Amino acid sequence: MKRREFLILPARTLGGYLLASTLAGEPFLAQAQQAKAPDIKIPLKFFTAPEAAVVSAMTERIFPTDANGAGAREAGVVIFIDRQLAGPYGHDKYRYTKGPWVESIPEHGYQGQSNPRQIYREGIIQLGNFAALGAAEQDQALIAIEKTTFFQMVRTHTLEGMFCDPLHGGNADMVGWRLIGYPGPVMAYRHEIEKYRGVPYPKVEPQSLEQLLGRKVPAWEDEPV
Amino acid sequence: MERLKPVDVVVIGGGFTGLLMAKELATRTSVSVVVLERGPDRQLLDYMDDMDEVDFSLRFRMMQNISEETVTHRHTTANRAVPVREWGHVRLGTGTGGSGEHWTGVANRYPEDTFIIKSALKERFPASRIPADLSVQDWTLTWKDIEPFYTRVEEMMGIGGKAGNLQGRRIDGGNVFEGPRSKEYPVRPHLQSYAMTVFEKAARELGYHPYINPAATLPADYTNPDGISRPACQYCSYCMLYGCMIGAKAQPTNLLLPILKEKKTFTLRNGCWVRKIVHRDGRAEGVEYRDENGREIFQPASVVVQATFTSGNVRSLLLSKIGTPYDPATGRGTLGKNFTHQMSGGGNALLVYPTKLNAFMAAGGQGMAFSDFDGFNQLDPDANILRGGTFTGGGGGGHPIASFGTTPPGTSARNWGSAWKQAAIEHNDRTGGGPGFSAEHLSYRHNFLDLDPTYTDKWGDPLLRTTIDWTDHERRMRDFSAKISDRMAEEMARVSGAKIHHRPAATTGRRSGRYQTAAYATTHLHGGAIMGDTPADGVVNTYLQHWDVPNLFVIGASAFPHAGPTNPTMTALALTFRSADALIERYLKNPGKLV
Ligand SMILES: Cc1cc2nc3c(=O)[nH]c(=O)nc-3n(C[C@H](O)[C@H](O)[C@H](O)COP(=O)(O)OP(=O)(O)OC[C@H]3O[C@@H](n4cnc5c(N)ncnc54)[C@H](O)[C@@H]3O)c2cc1C
Ligand code: SF4
Repeated sequence: MKRREFLILPARTLGGYLLASTLAGEPFLAQAQQAKAPDIKIPLKFFTAPEAAVVSAMTERIFPTDANGAGAREAGVVIFIDRQLAGPYGHDKYRYTKGPWVESIPEHGYQGQSNPRQIYREGIIQLGNFAALGAAEQDQALIAIEKTTFFQMVRTHTLEGMFCDPLHGGNADMVGWRLIGYPGPVMAYRHEIEKYRGVPYPKVEPQSLEQLLGRKVPAWEDEPV
Repeated sequence: MERLKPVDVVVIGGGFTGLLMAKELATRTSVSVVVLERGPDRQLLDYMDDMDEVDFSLRFRMMQNISEETVTHRHTTANRAVPVREWGHVRLGTGTGGSGEHWTGVANRYPEDTFIIKSALKERFPASRIPADLSVQDWTLTWKDIEPFYTRVEEMMGIGGKAGNLQGRRIDGGNVFEGPRSKEYPVRPHLQSYAMTVFEKAARELGYHPYINPAATLPADYTNPDGISRPACQYCSYCMLYGCMIGAKAQPTNLLLPILKEKKTFTLRNGCWVRKIVHRDGRAEGVEYRDENGREIFQPASVVVQATFTSGNVRSLLLSKIGTPYDPATGRGTLGKNFTHQMSGGGNALLVYPTKLNAFMAAGGQGMAFSDFDGFNQLDPDANILRGGTFTGGGGGGHPIASFGTTPPGTSARNWGSAWKQAAIEHNDRTGGGPGFSAEHLSYRHNFLDLDPTYTDKWGDPLLRTTIDWTDHERRMRDFSAKISDRMAEEMARVSGAKIHHRPAATTGRRSGRYQTAAYATTHLHGGAIMGDTPADGVVNTYLQHWDVPNLFVIGASAFPHAGPTNPTMTALALTFRSADALIERYLKNPGKLV
């Protein structure tokens, strides 16, 4: 069996909500909490630990933690990406993958044969020791690959992991939604739509879908591939 | 192959048109009806779990599994077609209700002269102005014929709107350019958001006639003539690409299925993929399908109704070898002819409003429109176009991921990093554009459907190949729409105090002006099995009965000879009602050709 790989994060960077929602039922978690360990070991589903470090560093340059508030690190974006790549999306399970594969014009979009897992793996290799570089050097390295499918994919996934429902493992403790004042899924606005016409909606404590429904919601990435 | 007991009617496809046909048959006759639907069963409760942007808006969890079947595209017969590998320009539904579950609910009728397009163009323009390869034709029916059926669809769904032309009387606040309606809308129009009030004010200042767009997302509680009660919309914004968890959006599963489930004569079989219609000597004998376990089954039937959306309908006829495939070189044959895709356009302005829009409070179909440039209204001679279209705006529906990241030009060098993050947060939920534009797509000889010679579906059957491109005429329509939209944007900025930025067209996604499959346009495909007055002009007659095979009805927008300027479902369902009446009142009593 493949050796289990872990992402090691300082406990204080991630909200407790992330742990509760994405890792519930993992025995090591309870142990870590009991021991009040300074680091949390998060089991990876697709990346190796060094790969996760590169992707984590990339997402932190794309959506940095700065004076404007939380970034990819606090949101746990790399965990979101790891789960997406482990699931049907990463495997192109729902993409038409019959050949022949031919290059075509931009109007036809991505016609390549590589699935997201392969695009990440190859892209990460190209970045070498990226995780060890300083921020300015990392930015230079990213500017150099800005136009690639790989970079654009990571950028898209970073925003997804920042602002997704926490049931997907990103947006931990809803830090992304707080940043932009998104209240989360709400069923009823009928009596508010006119009241807040041209008036900003008050800052409310956001609610995730699982909080709203009071039960677990099956995420698509957990479907067996 | 297993052979089942014969049934009276088999309907292929359990989407909007198929289930409507089934409901008419099951409630008005005693014939047995079997609906074969290849996707899963769906019900109201499923839609509690779907308020999730990643799975439903971004990964298309409700959509048909494109790995099993897609379409291919090429611009002209000289090019090689490639498959649409992931959902891009269209998004097809699956499962009970089809695309009618996750649709948006924009519920316009077509304008009065859409149905007589060929005659109207001929009367209006000298022959020299009509492009040689145009293949438009009149629709076999007129406004007078279709109007009562529009009314029936509106009453069934509880469309919320305001009449602008009631029996010839023009009423301000409705669409004064619509064809004369026999009745007011059954439900009031939607509540207005801030963005809608800005749109309305600006349009009025410019002398246009704005109206709240008619919508199938109920603006008030409603009970329809079938006795189906549904509650008012809650503006939850998880609407387009989602099912409605309270049943406020008109969907087959809340309008039709509850009635059908009561009927002993009705059977819905999910997980059944129909591969072909079996026919001999001009008679359909039934259909061959694979059930969810992959078993091959033959279902004999006296009448076959083909209802698998435009693309599925045409492909099924091609695979079943029913009718004569269209040949663009000679113009002979009808099957696959006049393929169209609703035109869209708009401007390049970016508005930054002084206030947050709260775009997360919104309903599908909720928005404003004006039709002052529809059809031949105010055709600008300089624009050199044959038809105009409808301008729309003010709709919301902002989900946190997709709506994040719009920044005015010049605010940051890149679209990532700290400077961009700051600008994106500052502008979040505050930006918008000028109106969008939707317009008729006229039919051309060179836009058509046939079977792909290379790519196949999961059973090895050829995919549908789409050959289509925009012409200079559509590109001029787009330029015209940008001009009007940008002028509206200036006025919207003036009345709201918004800051306006003019972006180069190249940055707003309208770069090449060629047909593309990579980014979403609309799931409004039409034609390929068009209605015609004679077998030389169409695949089906005015009642959507196949010209060559009278016990086969091919229903849906595949019958449209060209694309009207607004969304197609009201028209597709009106034609389905009309077809159902003919089938029930005439065909079943006396099977044979209705024309
Ligand atoms: C995202 C989106 C938004 C839309 N918004 C609007 C709007 O605002 N206004 C508007 O007017 N229209 C809108 N539409 C279009 C509208 O949904 C369609 O016009 C309508 O659903 C068409 O009905 P139909 O019965 O032809 O096809 P569908 O409702 O798509 O039904 C076809 C059914 O056939 C089934 N099927 C296909 N092939 C087979 C097979 N081989 N065997 C068995 N079953 C099969 C499919 O699974 C599907 O359930 C929208 C569509 C989409 C996708
Ligand atoms: S916006 Fe209204 S109609 Fe649409 S899903 Fe929400 S409640 Fe239903």
